[in-house]
Order: sequence, then structure tokens, then C-alpha cells
Amino acid sequence: MLILLCPYCGVKAEETELSPGGEAHLKRIGPDGTAEEFEAYLFARKNLKGVHFERWRHAYGCGKWFLAARDTHTMQVYGTYKAQTAHATDEIVANARQARPEWVPDWPQASEAVVG
Amino acid sequence: MPSRRYSVFAIAREALRQHQGWNRAWTSPEPRDRYKVVIVGAGGHGLATAYYLGRNFGITDVAVIEKGWLGGGNTGRNTTIIRSNYLQDPSAAIYDKALKLYETLSQDLNYNVMFSPRGLIMLAQTEHEVRGYRRTVHANTLQGVATEWIDARRVKQLVPIINIDGPRYPVLGGLYQARGGTARHDAVAWGYARACSDMGMHIIQNCEVTGIETENGQVRAVNTAKGRIGCDKLALVVAGHSSQLAAMAGFRLPIESVPLQAMVSEPIKPCMDVVVMANTVHGYMSQSDKGEMVIGGGTDSYNAFTQRGSWHHIEETVRALIETFPMISRLKMLRQWGGIVDMTGDRSPILSATPVGGIFVNCGWGTGGFKAIPGSGWAMAELVAQGRPGPLAAAFGMNRFREGRFIDESVAAGVAH
Ligand SMILES: Cc1cc2nc3c(=O)[nH]c(=O)nc-3n(C[C@H](O)[C@H](O)[C@H](O)COP(=O)(O)OP(=O)(O)OC[C@H]3O[C@@H](n4cnc5c(N)ncnc54)[C@H](O)[C@@H]3O)c2cc1C
Ligand SMILES: [Zn+2]
Repeated sequence: MLILLCPYCGVKAEETELSPGGEAHLKRIGPDGTAEEFEAYLFARKNLKGVHFERWRHAYGCGKWFLAARDTHTMQVYGTYKAQTAHATDEIVANARQARPEWVPDWPQASEAVVG
Repeated sequence: MPSRRYSVFAIAREALRQHQGWNRAWTSPEPRDRYKVVIVGAGGHGLATAYYLGRNFGITDVAVIEKGWLGGGNTGRNTTIIRSNYLQDPSAAIYDKALKLYETLSQDLNYNVMFSPRGLIMLAQTEHEVRGYRRTVHANTLQGVATEWIDARRVKQLVPIINIDGPRYPVLGGLYQARGGTARHDAVAWGYARACSDMGMHIIQNCEVTGIETENGQVRAVNTAKGRIGCDKLALVVAGHSSQLAAMAGFRLPIESVPLQAMVSEPIKPCMDVVVMANTVHGYMSQSDKGEMVIGGGTDSYNAFTQRGSWHHIEETVRALIETFPMISRLKMLRQWGGIVDMTGDRSPILSATPVGGIFVNCGWGTGGFKAIPGSGWAMAELVAQGRPGPLAAAFGMNRFREGRFIDESVAAGVAH
């Protein structure tokens, strides 16, 4: 059974206590979005086989939404983090890269951001 | 060498010769450098696409490339329910085409697919379902698909082992399709494979496609475990791995992959000669020819590629089915397994051209594509051969998600079957 640590209340929650909420970090499209943007936002999921960032709600616990990094192929959990976060923590990235050295995050890294 | 025609005379002749004269049902060739059409995925849908390309369009320069063994994906893992009682017109058209083709498939392929139109009941166990299924019966009547609403007494007559007075899930009636039933899943894949091989097509197993080569927005080749294979046209028919193949070609699909589970019991004497689906509790059951009770459950609710699924889903299914079929509580389960199903937002499939010239996709059959195999192959062959969809595939283009033209089957197909 899948077990995720709720980053709010600290409970190790079993799958049956949780409701999944699909891919995380989606950018909401505003009223002037194009049909393509709405399609991408509503339907075109990454559906990755590997490192996946996703939303979960601690439904039968504290009730809060949080985020998890999970491997959809091996079911390994790389870590959980709070929902009000732009992307996963460095520690989670390190965990994921340890298991999958070929994987690279698809957001700008701190070092690159400083240089840029 | 083409395989020998199967018949009672062939069996008699071989019986006298210690069965030395049978050929292999299909060949295992090394791939050529290029084919006119390459199909990725030797599940039922990929093989049926190849078959109807040859039969209906005379295109036989075809390779079907499979990373594992043919029929080893969802086709060989499904619970084989066949029906065509969907709600929307485009669905009724393609699923009923499939059912009609199933009715004569054994003769067409000269291969016994054991199609068994034993009848199928979808139980209504809530008031909501009663209304939903009555609406489906009306829709089916307009579509010319014969289905009927039956009351609980009639359900009990058809399924004597059922408990219609359960405290949590009473049976209020059902949607009945007398033409529905089951077929042997492996035989469907094997029958198509044999017919394709006889037409000179290549089925290349143990050969994973790892990349797709394009040039100026047009497909050129696939890279595989057995090298580069050129093609004029490429059909991606890989169910749960559709997003992965699309990513190789540089586009995205409105698909999410989730595990769906099933299990079979020890074999018992014949006790149920119809297929029963109980969608409120996400469970369905039929009895195989060997006597096993074949039980399917619900999908996991998060993306995964483990052909296994969550334990608690099995528990939920069994717990609920035991109320409706008390006698199964004493059965031992022999095997449990999972397949990775490809879910779309409207629970309808995608048969479509793609942003890349020459690449076509057939996916999104989700929890219910076994029943569609012949109709889907028929429509996909039309799409690949002509470069544009025929009447069966027209409504199932991938742009419908952009254009808001959904084919909403969440009532008829939102559950696993
Ligand atoms: C447990 C379960 C029960 C079901 N019950 C029913 C039912 O009762 N009735 C019903 O109608 N439907 C049912 N379904 C759904 C049905 O099984 C599928 O919709 C249907 O079999 C899909 O067929 P396919 O040919 O598209 O996919 P598959 O049979 O999965 O074939 C796709 C093939 O593509 C191959 N592939 C993937 N990636 C690559 C690659 N990179 N290179 C080469 N090959 C690749 C795979 O190995 C696989 O063999 C069920 C499914 C499951 C899992
Ligand atoms: Zn919590």
C-alpha cells in the first residue's frame, strides 16, 4: 500500500486516507487563454513513466492539500512537500536523481537562476 | 509458409499422422529496413489494424512491432466482456460494428475466438443508475442497438445465484443486452496474428520501440531494439504507453495511465451463464469455459505503470460482490493481475491523425477496449490507408478536447470493463 507523509500534520498516511488530485504545478489559464492553452491545462497531462509530481489531499486526516514526488514506474516515493511551493525541494530532487541519474528537473535550477 | 487451414478434415488427417503436419501459426521474421506501414503494439487493436489494412485495402507491406509478446498487454489481461450498449451515437456505431464483426470473426479468421454471446446485464443498484440505464435503453433504441430494461425479478431468473435484497446494494433492475457476452482474449490476438502473418506481414516481438525519427514534420523511421526501421506511415497502438510514444514524436496526448485489476477463482461447476456487471460497486463477473469465476475491479485513482494495482481496490470489489453473490465468499482466488489502461477525459477512445505527418494514434480505450477490437481495427485501417478518418473514426479525433466536442461515456464506461 502506498504511504505518504503528510507535510502538514506529520502523519504517515495510508493510501485509503488520501485522495489523489493529479499532476501538480499546473499553471491555471486565464479568461484570455487560447483553446490550445485551455486544452493543455485541462487535458494534456505529462503522464510520465518515472518521476512524477502530484497533488494529494489528506482527506481523512487534516484535510489539507499537499504535493508528492513519486515514481510511477517503481512506486518509490521521493518525498512530500507543502502545496504552496513552486517546485520540489532540493532534497527531493536529490532523492530522485539518486534513483534515476538520467532524470533532470524541468524547472530552472538555483545555480542557473543566479547566473541568468 | 502460410499456415494450414483449420478444419475438421485437417484435424482428422493430422490425427492419423501424430500431428506432425501443423505449421506455426505465425512466423518470427527479422525486420526489414523499411515498411510502408509500421504499427507499434501487437495488442488486439494493433493486430486488427494490420489485418484490415490487408483485407480491406490490400496493404500488406506492414510490420507490427511489439516490445514483449503479442497479446501480452491489456489484451491478454482483460476480463473479455463484449457489449455495445453505450450512450452516444459515435460510440454505439463503433462498438456495434465491433460486435457485428465479432459475431463472424471465427469464420473470417478461420480461428476459433470462442465468441460467446451469452447475454449481459448491467445491474442498477441505486435510483441514479435506474434512471441512467433507462436513458441508455432509450438511446440504444434510437441507435438500433437492441437492449432492454429488466426488473429485479427477471434479473433473478437470469442469474439464480444473485442476491437481489442486499441491505447495502439491493438490485433494482438492470440493463440487458442479449447479444453481449465474452470471447477468448488470447485467441483474438492469435487469430489476427495468424491471419496477418499469412498475408505476408511481419510481427516482430521482443522489440521495443525507443525513438521516432521525423524530418520536416513528417515521420521517417522508428528506432528499435533491433535497429532502425523506416516507414511511410506509423500507427501508435500501445494503450497505457501512448503518452511515452507520443513524447518520442514530440507531442502530448490527453491520456493518463492507471492500473486496472482482475482476478480469477478456482474452477467450479457452471453456475452463471450471463455476464453481470455491478458498476456501483466497481465489480463485474462472468464464468469462463474452464469454470473459473472471472472478476474485474476498479482502477487505481493515480497514475502508475506497475501491472499490479492497489490491494484495497481488490478488497473493495470483493467485499461488495460478496453481498450480491453470497456463494463466492467461499471461493479461493487463483490469480490476480493488473494492466495499464489509457484513460481520456471523456472516457472515449482516440483514433486520430497527429501533429506529425504520417503518424496516427489509436488509444484511450481505457478500461473497455477489448470489445472494440474488430471495429477499432476496421476504422483505424481506414484512417491509416486513406490518411483521413472514415465515418466510424470521424468523431474520435484528438482535437475534440481542444474544440470541446466530447463524447461523454462516463456513465456507460466510467467503470472498469
Ligand atoms: C484488468 C483489465 C480488465 C479489462 N476488462 C475488459 C473487459 O471486460 N472488456 C473490454 O472490452 N475491455 C476490457 N479491458 C480493456 C482492454 O483490455 C483494452 O482496452 C484493450 O485490450 C487494449 O488493447 P490494445 O491493443 O490497445 O492494447 P494492449 O493489448 O495493451 O497492446 C499494446 C501493446 O503495445 C506494446 N508496447 C507498449 N510500448 C511499446 C514500445 N515502446 N514498443 C513496442 N511495443 C510497445 C505493449 O507491450 C502491448 O503489447 C480490461 C483491461 C484490463 C487491464
Ligand atoms: Zn495531514
